[in-house]
Amino acid sequence: MNFVYERLMGGKSGLTGFLILAAFIVVVLPVTLDIFRLNLVGKYLTYAFAAVSLVLLWGYGGILSLGQGVFFGLGGYGMAMFLKLEASSPENTAIQSTPGIPDFMDWNQLTALPWFWEPFNSFTFTILAILILPAAFAYVIGAAMFKRRVGGVYFAIITQVVAVILTVLIVGQQGFIGGINGITDLRTLKGWDITSDTAKYLFYFLNCGLLLSVIVASRFILTSKFGSLLLAIRDKEDRVRFSGYDVSNFKIFIFCFAAMISAIGGAMFTLQVGFMSPSFVGIVPSIEMVIFAAVGGRMSLVGVVYGTLLINAGKTLFSESFPELWLFLMGGLFIAVVMFFPNGLAGLWKDYGYHLTDKLLAGRRWIRAYMSNMVNRKVGGGA
Amino acid sequence: MFDEYTYSELGAIFAMQGFAGISLFSVLLLMALGLAIIFGQMGVINMAHGEFMAVGAYTTYLVSTLTESYAPAFMPYYFFIAIGAAFMIAALLGYLAELALIRHLYKRPLDTLLATWGLSLIMQQSFRSIFGAREVSPTLPDWLMGSYQPTDMIDIPLNGMFVLGLTTLVTLGVYYLLYRSRWGLRVRATTQNRVMSGAVGINTKKVDRYTFALGCGIAGIAGAAFTTIASTGPTTGTLYIVDTFMVVVFGGAASLLGTIISAFSIAQAQSILEFFISGSMAKVYTLLGLVVILMFRPEGLFASKIRR
Repeated sequence: MNFVYERLMGGKSGLTGFLILAAFIVVVLPVTLDIFRLNLVGKYLTYAFAAVSLVLLWGYGGILSLGQGVFFGLGGYGMAMFLKLEASSPENTAIQSTPGIPDFMDWNQLTALPWFWEPFNSFTFTILAILILPAAFAYVIGAAMFKRRVGGVYFAIITQVVAVILTVLIVGQQGFIGGINGITDLRTLKGWDITSDTAKYLFYFLNCGLLLSVIVASRFILTSKFGSLLLAIRDKEDRVRFSGYDVSNFKIFIFCFAAMISAIGGAMFTLQVGFMSPSFVGIVPSIEMVIFAAVGGRMSLVGVVYGTLLINAGKTLFSESFPELWLFLMGGLFIAVVMFFPNGLAGLWKDYGYHLTDKLLAGRRWIRAYMSNMVNRKVGGGA
Repeated sequence: MFDEYTYSELGAIFAMQGFAGISLFSVLLLMALGLAIIFGQMGVINMAHGEFMAVGAYTTYLVSTLTESYAPAFMPYYFFIAIGAAFMIAALLGYLAELALIRHLYKRPLDTLLATWGLSLIMQQSFRSIFGAREVSPTLPDWLMGSYQPTDMIDIPLNGMFVLGLTTLVTLGVYYLLYRSRWGLRVRATTQNRVMSGAVGINTKKVDRYTFALGCGIAGIAGAAFTTIASTGPTTGTLYIVDTFMVVVFGGAASLLGTIISAFSIAQAQSILEFFISGSMAKVYTLLGLVVILMFRPEGLFASKIRR
């Protein structure tokens, strides 16, 4: 019990925050929003996976990755490839010149399925690929960089270049992976219609469950000895190294774990939105994920979820009514967060919100004392 | 991929693509020079650098439009004024950005990245509001048009040669400023040891401000040069920012020679590959090659031998 309380939930404040978040996304939002809006929130919550991964990586590890979109995209494309193969059964694609291959391959004069698409016929393989491939890719990048003690700014730039490379590659290879349009028209999962309202509700709750589990798992990592080491590496890398720890292995591990989390988010994105395209892979989405984490609070696993929801809700709201203002607002937000609220919403809550609850609690206590006093006096007066 | 061409054809292809690459090289180098000063000397990651280039490009467009409507006779010469104006305006904006934003963030390099990204979003939207979402390009003077043909097969555009000349001048200027002037001495001293520089009487804050302004001003010149080879839109800057960072990182952050060589090799690799395979794959291979090389030499081609 103590293990669950201290290690998985992070003590009293962690537990309160976690329960409030769980109640908010699992109960309040589904009750108040219609299915269209809820599906939209579900889409935003998939970005929260990447934001949570950045808390581990950037907030605690001090490693700024501008390539989380890459892993998000790998996860999303993995799921999309499976769904697309199912949607391109020979019966569904009978009008094509080569039935049985995805439509964009047919448009690009491909006559056979490329070899790297073959394994995605299997659902088990797809799930494994979503979990393992991005982490393996992160391992290659991480091992190459951290073993050579490349860090900080250089790491950020290299991850950004990786994001550019992947985007250009996807856009350029129209026939193999769908190009700029991405992989679209995904309708069924094992014969089950994923565009129906029931499916949308189901995916939403699955998404919430996965997100909350990821938060618990991350909390477990952060409250372990590894978490303390991670903080130590962020603050004084050399000293940790001189104490005999192999710093690079810790960094590689957290980078791979962060990649895996982001990929889960990507896969859930594809399931809920019904397509995947390179515009969720490149520089801009990757940096947006960083700003979600920054606004929510880079040190708060729960805070970043609110940050993600807030920014995306703002983006949808503003780009519906004032598209010109949105970029100004977003830019201003970047600057304001960095200059004035480095700990984001979670930091604001810590500085001001706590006092608010304290005051409320204190107020209640004061009223209770006053009331009992009154009662006592009355009782005393009566006697 | 070389099989279907004869040797003389290959020679001509390499020469022409090489000269086409020189335009790219010039713009990349001008961008990278400014960034190398800001990033290499000051350690600030300026994601808005591309937008300062766009400021230069839009200034050139503005000067060209104004000249065309008020002093048409002056058209052949306006470009020189435009280059000066591009430098001044970009430098002024850079000075203001440093004053309002950057100077608070010197101790947090990763945060400068986010703040300047925010700045770049604001600048992009300003361009869109002021000049419209459509791409614009200035009317170029006649002497920049046309090309020079040494043989039948080779065709060298004049604007590329002009931009190359401009780049050479700016590079020499930067070299002189950084390595041969008292001001450059102060900049380098501040980079190496800020506290000690302050102790010997260098006004390090002033040095920072002018260094940042100079870097942005050079980006403005890059923008003026850019207008001769392509048209300018609100998002032009973002297209070049990653490549520019690669140039600076690949060359070794604090090395002028490294920056020149790396800009040249990246531009040429890209340009020559583009002829044989598609443009996007050329970019993929170039960037991939850079990442692989950087994994073996993380400090870049010409690393300064300083103990950190």
